[in-house]
Amino acid sequence: MGLKDEKLVIAGREFSSRLIVGTGKYKDYAENAAAAEAAGAEIVTVAVRRVNLTDKDEPMLVDYIDPKKFTYLPNTAGCFTGEDAVRTLRLAREAGDWTLVKLEVLGDEKTLYPNMPETLRAAELLIKEGFEVMVYCSDDPILAKQLEDIGCCAIMPLAAPIGSGLGIQNPVNIRLIIEQANVPVLVDAGVGTASDAAIAMELGCDGVLMNTAIAEAKNPILMAEAMKNAVIAGRQAYLAGRMQKRLYADPSSPIGGLI
Amino acid sequence: MNDKPADTIEIIVNGEAQLFEASLSVAALLAKLGLPAKKIAVEHNLEIVPKSAYGAHMVDAGDRIEIVHFIGGG
Repeated sequence: MGLKDEKLVIAGREFSSRLIVGTGKYKDYAENAAAAEAAGAEIVTVAVRRVNLTDKDEPMLVDYIDPKKFTYLPNTAGCFTGEDAVRTLRLAREAGDWTLVKLEVLGDEKTLYPNMPETLRAAELLIKEGFEVMVYCSDDPILAKQLEDIGCCAIMPLAAPIGSGLGIQNPVNIRLIIEQANVPVLVDAGVGTASDAAIAMELGCDGVLMNTAIAEAKNPILMAEAMKNAVIAGRQAYLAGRMQKRLYADPSSPIGGLI
Repeated sequence: MNDKPADTIEIIVNGEAQLFEASLSVAALLAKLGLPAKKIAVEHNLEIVPKSAYGAHMVDAGDRIEIVHFIGGG
């Protein structure tokens, strides 16, 4: 990058990549690993689920995406209560021996919109237990501030519903959340294509988290690379500072010396 | 699974009843299930069992065990 960028710092850990990718919905773990590589991601989200007792030869994520190379970010996807989320992350901490986690407490099956009162309660419990909580949340600036005040290490408002690919629906709120935050803000969920990721970064987001936009692309590896470039381009544009918009034209060639 | 032999005990592992000869340690349970102790986490009656306690922590009849690991997710 022409201008030397700062690293993304989350809970004291430094990352060069500002793109976090999920590991769900891929054809197989091999494609998943190739996409994470192409995205240049350093953090991948993972789910905690029961071990399959009947098919022990089932492929394992850790054999494809090396937890020593990628930071595993355990999530609480599928949890609808604070208790479920806390229980899941306690297990994740025991399985992986790390404390950086992604909290999401869902409130509705159809929209997968976060249940914010439960999210706040679970975040408090987790932080008391020593977890470093990156939190999936609604795009309400007041709630985002409350999450930061209780000690969340990253605020992750949705761009649009999980898996919808609709892009940033409320750029005004995302910008307000960024403006007030003293911890990283990452858009999490709802990104559909590269321009959505670039818009998030141009708004001043510190990073973007996505899964479906890459996994459900016709060519996930190529889309992963596109997302990597979009996040870098958006970040550069944000740092460069865009021109002012004008209502009318302003010639690019000088008027003087016209024949 | 209802007519269990008199000399066996039933433990609920990941929601399914399984028969064992006698109460056993978590380490022995994992060995019987053929699961590596690395890369997983074990919950016994809703309490986490630390990896360091697998050898000494005993599981008895009627206990509920959850064994989890990381899988792909968004």
